[in-house]
Amino acid sequence: MSRGTAERVVPTPLVAASHQRRFVLGDRIFRAMAYAAALLVMVIAVIFLIALVIPALPAITRFGLGFFATRTWDPVRNEFGALTPIYGTLVTSAIALLIAFPIGLGAALFLAEDARLRLLRGPLSFLIELLAGIPSVVIGLWAFFTLTPLMRNNVDPFLQHALGFLPLFRGTPSGYGFLTAGLVLAIMVLPIMIALSRDVIRAVPRELREASLALGATNAETIWSVILPYARVGITGAVLLSLGRALGETIAVTMVIGNTMQISTSLFATGYTLPSVIANEFTEANGTLYLGSLFYLGVVLVLITIAVNVLARLLIWRFSGSGRAMA
Amino acid sequence: MSLPLVRILVDRVVGALVVLCVMVAAIPVLVLFLFVIIKGFPGLLTPGFFTDPPHPQGVPGGGVLNAIIGTLEIVGIGSLLAVPVGALIGIFLSEYGRNQVGDTVRFISDVLTGLPSIAFGIFGYTVVVLTTHHFSALSASIALAVLMLPVILRATETALLLIPNSLREAGLALGAPRWRVTLEIVVPAALGGIVTGALLAMARAAGETAPLLFTAFGNDIVQTNPQQPIGALALTIYRNALLPYHNLQDQAWAAALLLVILVATTNILARVYVRRMQR
Repeated sequence: MSRGTAERVVPTPLVAASHQRRFVLGDRIFRAMAYAAALLVMVIAVIFLIALVIPALPAITRFGLGFFATRTWDPVRNEFGALTPIYGTLVTSAIALLIAFPIGLGAALFLAEDARLRLLRGPLSFLIELLAGIPSVVIGLWAFFTLTPLMRNNVDPFLQHALGFLPLFRGTPSGYGFLTAGLVLAIMVLPIMIALSRDVIRAVPRELREASLALGATNAETIWSVILPYARVGITGAVLLSLGRALGETIAVTMVIGNTMQISTSLFATGYTLPSVIANEFTEANGTLYLGSLFYLGVVLVLITIAVNVLARLLIWRFSGSGRAMA
Repeated sequence: MSLPLVRILVDRVVGALVVLCVMVAAIPVLVLFLFVIIKGFPGLLTPGFFTDPPHPQGVPGGGVLNAIIGTLEIVGIGSLLAVPVGALIGIFLSEYGRNQVGDTVRFISDVLTGLPSIAFGIFGYTVVVLTTHHFSALSASIALAVLMLPVILRATETALLLIPNSLREAGLALGAPRWRVTLEIVVPAALGGIVTGALLAMARAAGETAPLLFTAFGNDIVQTNPQQPIGALALTIYRNALLPYHNLQDQAWAAALLLVILVATTNILARVYVRRMQR
């Protein structure tokens, strides 16, 4: 806004001056409000962290870092350790990623790349987005009533028959346990895995693709030697974000993992994950130490997921920094 | 030009695998929907499902009125808290946030997005339940509000950033102060994106169970007082599924169908609204 030019007629200098002051005041108030809201986020974040730690304090002071290395979880003798649910969390998340990574990447390649079946692409994308919106308790309900019998009667016996010589597939399948929980988690992280990798693959510059095809490479060769190397960092980010989701998923896992405090090499065995211990034992936890230990598990879970997520964001930022912004 | 047979073969196999992957990814969704609809639909039609509170375990009949009211109330209060604040933070990010403060807010919001939902329950538990000494709808609303916040603020920021700067400049050139340009030109132009963000956040919040375990806690009596423990559809599904009564399990399926309908409708509304605004 230039001032004091001869041509200007309206508003008159006097009015303009009073206007200016009102402008400045109004803008200042608005700016202050916006900054206050931003500050509120930081305050919430700090309160959030404190709120996670406070109820865990009795257990933190009692067990300290030894909590991580202790297998016992004995409410009767008041001895608690996080090793068993940490093991269950890692095993189920690993199964989930082993299943979701190849399938998700393949589906993403189809949705981003493939020229065939163009008509199917829209509905398929829509279906997968729908899956992302289904509440986890509904997936848990479905898994509890239909997936566990299927696992018990068909999938597990088949695996045992084919691969029973491995310790991974020993024991009596009950339908509940690490494998079923991992499968449910795989279904739940697939939409994230697919959507993120699809965006990353779409961000690969067209020229690279065309150059490769023009040089005589087949579609498969272009995917393998041009697209995947270019998108590697972004895809790693997608995998880590999926991992973050798998680690913290609570209700669906609680409904199918069997909720047993044990470490077992068998994937058919029932177990526990960090969030499912908290969800399942909260109502029955009596005594400050028991309750505190549950919340200590919560602190452990949050720290792990924050680490995984920050790493994922950094990778995705690095990737999109060279190209386009990503959701 | 003819390619060696092996290369063609590999290409075909990869092509087939990719199609197989997308099919495998889509199958669970279809199966899931089929089951929820088939097993849930009869329950929706049972008399009293929408109008009665649950009967005691083992007594046939009963409904989920407590849970329907609870879900609506929890999400409603949560949205009242989260939407205005989230929108204002989104405005800050897009209009004033190209600095260290803005980056910090974005970082915190990303971290919050990635946190397991059960953590929000612990937050609500410590902040409200421990201080008031009882479970309440309000504590659940506060937990869900924080869960919704990142979705809303990011959607608002994205929507506002899409508004061309020429529009802002036009407003300023006409002599309007910046706050009026923001509130009367930029925000209305971006309203579609903001509403979508709010609706998506509400849909996500309505489906959450884990945060409610330590906050709303559940209540078989129809309750509207936000200071008291309250039921929720997600809690009904979780608790009824694990009970050995067929009528309660059927009720869980019906509640699941109802919840899916609620969430899907909200999602579709959000998308339709976006399309209409873009036109």
